[in-house]
Amino acid sequence: MSLSPITTGHYLALSAALLLLGALGLLLRRNVIVMLMSVELILNAVNLNLIAFSQHWRHTTGQIFAIFVICVAVAEAAIALGILIALFRNRGTLLSDEIDLLKW
Amino acid sequence: MPALAPNDLFTILPALLLSLFGCALLVLRFDSPSFPVLLLTAAEALAAAALWRQSGFLGLTGFSGAILIDSFGLLLNTVCLAAALLVAWGAYAHLARLGEDHPEFYSLLLLAQAGMFLMIAGTELITVFIGLELSGICLYTLTGFHRDNPRSSEAALKYVLLGAFSSGLLLYGFSLLYGLSGSTHYPVIARALASHSPSEPIILLAVVPLVLGLLFKVAAAPLHLWAPDAYDGAPTPATAFLATAGKAASFGLLLRLLVGPLHDLRPAWDGLILFAALASLTLGNLSALTQSSAKRLLAWSSIGHSGYLLLGLVAANRSGIEAILLYLLVYTLMTAGAFLLLAGLDREGITDFRGLLWRHPGVSLLLVILLVSLAGLPPTAGFIAKYTIFLSLLQAQKFALAVVAALYVAVSLYFYFRLLREIITPSGPTPPTLTLSTGWRAAVGLAALLSLTLGLYPEPILAWARSTLP
Repeated sequence: MSLSPITTGHYLALSAALLLLGALGLLLRRNVIVMLMSVELILNAVNLNLIAFSQHWRHTTGQIFAIFVICVAVAEAAIALGILIALFRNRGTLLSDEIDLLKW
Repeated sequence: MPALAPNDLFTILPALLLSLFGCALLVLRFDSPSFPVLLLTAAEALAAAALWRQSGFLGLTGFSGAILIDSFGLLLNTVCLAAALLVAWGAYAHLARLGEDHPEFYSLLLLAQAGMFLMIAGTELITVFIGLELSGICLYTLTGFHRDNPRSSEAALKYVLLGAFSSGLLLYGFSLLYGLSGSTHYPVIARALASHSPSEPIILLAVVPLVLGLLFKVAAAPLHLWAPDAYDGAPTPATAFLATAGKAASFGLLLRLLVGPLHDLRPAWDGLILFAALASLTLGNLSALTQSSAKRLLAWSSIGHSGYLLLGLVAANRSGIEAILLYLLVYTLMTAGAFLLLAGLDREGITDFRGLLWRHPGVSLLLVILLVSLAGLPPTAGFIAKYTIFLSLLQAQKFALAVVAALYVAVSLYFYFRLLREIITPSGPTPPTLTLSTGWRAAVGLAALLSLTLGLYPEPILAWARSTLP
């Protein structure tokens, strides 16, 4: 038995699933750290897309784009964790429904 | 691979200057508290000179087409520059009262503005993405700048989570645009998309997340939920910057994409934009009615303003785009002025303003001008801005929309005048004595003066907005 080759379409389906998973995690989970992980999942869905398309078009632009996305995701995570530490010092909680000084 | 040409550096000269001074502010130490503001003013003066020099080279591109100099970008960059300058002048006394007068505030303003330059002038997906994130990361930090205040940290957290999420959505759209065209350059994407029909599933999968991400960034309903909280919790000068320059740069990115490569796919996105415009008008204006905090009232009203701005795009004609640019210019002046005024007075609740007219007539006059301009009444610039939006709708024969938008102006009159009524009501608690800094007087005075004079004599800005489109 031979399986059909993996095409760009397969990568697209996987990345769409990751995007959905990330969006659901962000909406449904109440721990802020898990919400941040969900955002990372969305960015990785994007990276998967970019690299699959880079392969599809046989050039490196998409891979370069993916490296930029990874760098920016790191910077963003650093800022988000810094803000989390400030918030935890002020409030002593990381659960989104207890972070309620401002109306959502 | 072509070598780096001097032209390339010239196209990003304003961003280079801004980031250079931004880094200098991070590294250098000062004894004088006013030195960071002076250094920022010097940076903005140099950036303004660079922008003025660039205005003689319209159509020049840099970095193989990644940056484009045109009058559209120059106008929006001038708007961001004005916002940063006004905010820096108006901020330092307020920050000193909060105990947060660190030079980093001004550094973040400059770096955010450098990112905005790339968002506005960029015509390539990676470039605009880097610009968007550079400005975004600085804005998150500015929102949480009042470190010991739980409200500030909370606002920053909500902003960073939802901001990162919206960047992810936008980026997902970018990745599919790249996949469909095999290039990250706008003109190539436009050519590749021309052969696609707007109803293809892959086009919808690309365009819908992209437009949703953009609507998040411009704080348009129903994706506005971060905005009232971030605007409310952030230190007020940071709010002034966030609500003006942040919105102008996001609109620059939105217009460049939707009127550029995605223009032919209009049926795929104009329903979303129309819905967001109407939802922003409705939610922004109706929620502002019930607020007890003036800062939150202005935050909600800025969502309503996003609705008017999007109507210019719904009009789908040349004058609509010109109206958006004019509106952003005027909106930046009056919104930055109004938020800075709250910062200078250290008041947030609406009732805190009771009797202001009888104690501080000068400051009250400035507030009245800014509020009348925000409400869009003549003879202020806010009226000219709303009028050009309505005119573009009428030209596009969208009469029903023009009527709805005019009705919301009537609604907004109610909440702006609620604040005005408090000001003229005599009596009330004795307020602390006002100590207003020179920079604050200059910033708010200039904002109010321009809001009034540009309303009485709008020809220069009308001509400027008209000259932006070829």
